[in-house]
Amino acid sequence: MAGDQATDAKTPADAVLTVRELECRRGDRVLFAPVSFAVAAGSIVWIRGANGQGKTTLLRTLAGLSAPAAGALAWAGAPELAPRPLYLAHANALKEDLTVAESLRFLLHLAGQRVDGRDIDTALERLGMASRKDAFVRTLSQGQRRRVALARLAAQRELLPWLLDEPFDALDAAGVELLAGIIAQHARRGGAVVLTSHLPLPIDEPAPAIVALHEPALA
Amino acid sequence: MNGTFAVLVARDLRLAARRRVDVVLPIAFFTVAVSLFPLGVGPEPQTLRQIAPGVVWVAALLAAMLSVTQLYAADHADGSLEQMLLVPGARIAVALAKAVSHWLLTGLPLVVAAPVFGLLFDMSPPAIASLVTGLVLGTPVLSLLGGLGAALTLGLRSGAVLLILIIVPLCIPAIIFGAGAVAAVESGLSARGHYSLLGALLIFTAVLAPMATGAALRIATE
Repeated sequence: MAGDQATDAKTPADAVLTVRELECRRGDRVLFAPVSFAVAAGSIVWIRGANGQGKTTLLRTLAGLSAPAAGALAWAGAPELAPRPLYLAHANALKEDLTVAESLRFLLHLAGQRVDGRDIDTALERLGMASRKDAFVRTLSQGQRRRVALARLAAQRELLPWLLDEPFDALDAAGVELLAGIIAQHARRGGAVVLTSHLPLPIDEPAPAIVALHEPALA
Repeated sequence: MNGTFAVLVARDLRLAARRRVDVVLPIAFFTVAVSLFPLGVGPEPQTLRQIAPGVVWVAALLAAMLSVTQLYAADHADGSLEQMLLVPGARIAVALAKAVSHWLLTGLPLVVAAPVFGLLFDMSPPAIASLVTGLVLGTPVLSLLGGLGAALTLGLRSGAVLLILIIVPLCIPAIIFGAGAVAAVESGLSARGHYSLLGALLIFTAVLAPMATGAALRIATE
């Protein structure tokens, strides 16, 4: 099992996130055998596992939305200075009754990012959604909604760690390529990325490190 | 934290402006409920004057409870709530912002409409004034407690009924002192004691309810 663990439990000096023997539960069920890995700055970690294996729960735990059942995770830096990761969930967090630009601005403002109209335009342009800027979210297709949610990534100035839950879902081929470019660029600038994806990752540089989730050993 | 609060209230008001029907419904319910009493009790002015404060307060409570059930549901369903709770230290700000926007959208219209219903029930001007003062202090309590109930019942199947069962008993003091203030004024006494107790209740709820709501939201999204 140690062979396919991305990085061993030793903490590299530039680790943004260190996870030790982490276990997650859903109700009474332990989801996966304890995992240990470290995420270095400028690296991409790809969490793999079967459906229901706990990939989403693991990401939510890393984001701080759920408490781990056992083990520990530590973000680099002092607790109050630790980078707060940008978590992009499976749900897009868009409001049907807001326009594309309003939704994006709300999410960025909520995350404490001061942005002006130009930042919004640039981010939407990057995702190919500039022409739908003033359209209501309810008029968009699933793929377009995903693109709007992903525009948050393109609007980031700080090098926050990214936690992305199935980011390639619902995207067309061009969208997949676009997003792969954005993720790779973030990593090359020195940002850390943890993501799940059931499709092969179209990212070569930097090569994604794989963390596999396995069935827990029977007690 | 201030940023989160302002951003959320602004967004909720904008969303409400896009869905005006949802804003009109609680006040329409309030109007219908209050208007039913003269039909049921009979048109005796003395009786109506006597029951008016209680009727207005109970209708306000029910209008608040009915409109509060969906306070967090939509944000929970589309993932917005998770994004709000990810902001460090924002849980209380989220709870407070949601309660404030709920009050602005349902409590405030009731306060504004109350004098009209006071006239409908033939209340005296001082009695109407005390009814409105009581509502100004008391309806925010209903919104704050309602927010707590909405957070506690988030994601439950029969959440709306459960919410009313949990929260209505907590709202009883507000009703007693709110309606009591009007009764005091009508019998020629000062209502200041009632106002003070309502004010104390508001401060108490404003401090504690957002904390409890924040904790409930965390449990609901875990």
